[in-house]
Amino acid sequence: MTSTTLVPEGATTAVALSGVTKVYGRGADAVVALDRVSLDVAPGEFVCLVGASGCGKSTLLNLVAGLDAVSGGGIHVAGDARPGLMFQEPALFPWLTVGANVEVPLKLRGLAGAERKTRVAELLDTVHLGDFARRRPHELSGGMRQRVALARTLALDTPVLLMDEPFGALDAMTRDILHDELERLWTARNAAGKPLTVLFVTHNVREAARLADRIVLLSSRPGRVIWQTPVDVARPRRIDSAEVATLAAEVTDRLRAEVGRHGH
Amino acid sequence: MATDTVTISGLDALEVASQQKVPGRASRVWAATWPKLTALALALGLWQVVVWSGWKPEYALPAPLTVATDLWAYATGGALWDGLLITAQRAAIGFGAAVAVGLVLGLAVARVKVLRAALGSMITALQTMPSIAWFPLAILLFQLSEQAIFFVVVLGAAPSIANGVIHGVDYVPPLLLRAGRNLGARGLNLYRYVIAPAALPAIVAGLKQGWAFAWRSLMAGELLVVIAKSTSIGVQLTYARELSDAPRVISVMIVILVVGLLVDLLFTKADNAIRRRWGLLDRE
Repeated sequence: MTSTTLVPEGATTAVALSGVTKVYGRGADAVVALDRVSLDVAPGEFVCLVGASGCGKSTLLNLVAGLDAVSGGGIHVAGDARPGLMFQEPALFPWLTVGANVEVPLKLRGLAGAERKTRVAELLDTVHLGDFARRRPHELSGGMRQRVALARTLALDTPVLLMDEPFGALDAMTRDILHDELERLWTARNAAGKPLTVLFVTHNVREAARLADRIVLLSSRPGRVIWQTPVDVARPRRIDSAEVATLAAEVTDRLRAEVGRHGH
Repeated sequence: MATDTVTISGLDALEVASQQKVPGRASRVWAATWPKLTALALALGLWQVVVWSGWKPEYALPAPLTVATDLWAYATGGALWDGLLITAQRAAIGFGAAVAVGLVLGLAVARVKVLRAALGSMITALQTMPSIAWFPLAILLFQLSEQAIFFVVVLGAAPSIANGVIHGVDYVPPLLLRAGRNLGARGLNLYRYVIAPAALPAIVAGLKQGWAFAWRSLMAGELLVVIAKSTSIGVQLTYARELSDAPRVISVMIVILVVGLLVDLLFTKADNAIRRRWGLLDRE
């Protein structure tokens, strides 16, 4: 068995992966990126997937987002909601203003003009960029662009957020601030009875310990769930707190053991 | 600028691109024009020196002032504007058709694998074909007619435009495609919201090149396909040569050059506007 679930039997799940396998190529050249990954994520849960590079973390998110098809197993997203996906790069459309970027998913969802305008303003306020609607992405800093990307993803009004090393390219200080903001936003959504389930991929163990309700370790080539642990640290957390550091050390040891086993 | 930075914390505030003071409009225009004016003056000076050297008789190579006088008479008389009207109409119709053909062809080739295998390299081959080489066939097919000119203008310009489209679609960053698809843009919407705008710079470059080919083809056409009743710019150039009216030959050439440059300038403006929006130019 490749995984166990920490979600109690019978609880509703926001995202359910059962035996998800992804193989690239055919025959002798086939590469198994993911091998029977099973994972149940509860509504409103914040799960961090941690693993060395090449462990298929990004592949997993692409599959959940529906941008790629599984080779085996199944993925179920509650209510058939379309998850929002964020990347390491903000992937903003350079030809649109910040506000227009956030408006794209609203347009595609068929919202009327007046409603879109209100929603864009709300979403930009959520990420503290209310005054930047008319700017172009290139005029913003890396951290601000990533916030715009977050606002744009939230515009999908999705209960599931998939984040693929979203803060990996940012400096430590900006990353800290964005951790705080993400935690605040996620807590607020859950408190408001609109649970936001987050699947967050990172290779930064501290970041995982800072953010997660549960940390899931993936092995590399093929990607398998090898270990997972709940994170019982009170929120709001600080990345430099002793508890986060202790947990990060434990996870790092596990990760080292795993990497060592594969002789990397 | 100063008021909207207040809500931004941390390093963000430091990183926001600051807009530096740019020099005034007049000095910028002057900085851009004086090298051009100097180069023009040098060219005219060289021309005058060659005339003075007596290398060719004046009736074959007139002096700049003679040409300027003729150009003035040409511009203030009716002939230039009548000719320009005919030529501009042909250019607009021919280029317009080339744009339509180029866009459709480019999109089809970019999208359909079989078409790409079949036509991809042929489009590039067509691009390298000097368009004047099409005229013998065009004249056989359509005689000395508007259609013959139209045929060659479209054949000259469409491949460049199609190539611009293909190039633009091919080089849409995959990350933007994934983002677009995740935001709900599928099928036609993906083209509308992501592919078309992302490909726009390459398409404009293709249009610009297509225009250059269209204009050259049109001039070649008007010189070769002389339709008696329509005194287009090209026909006026032919007549001037037949009458050994050297000042007029050069005047017409200057008009052709200026029209080509003006339209090219429009494309450059469009290109700059796009690049400024995308943040690919340093200065606002």
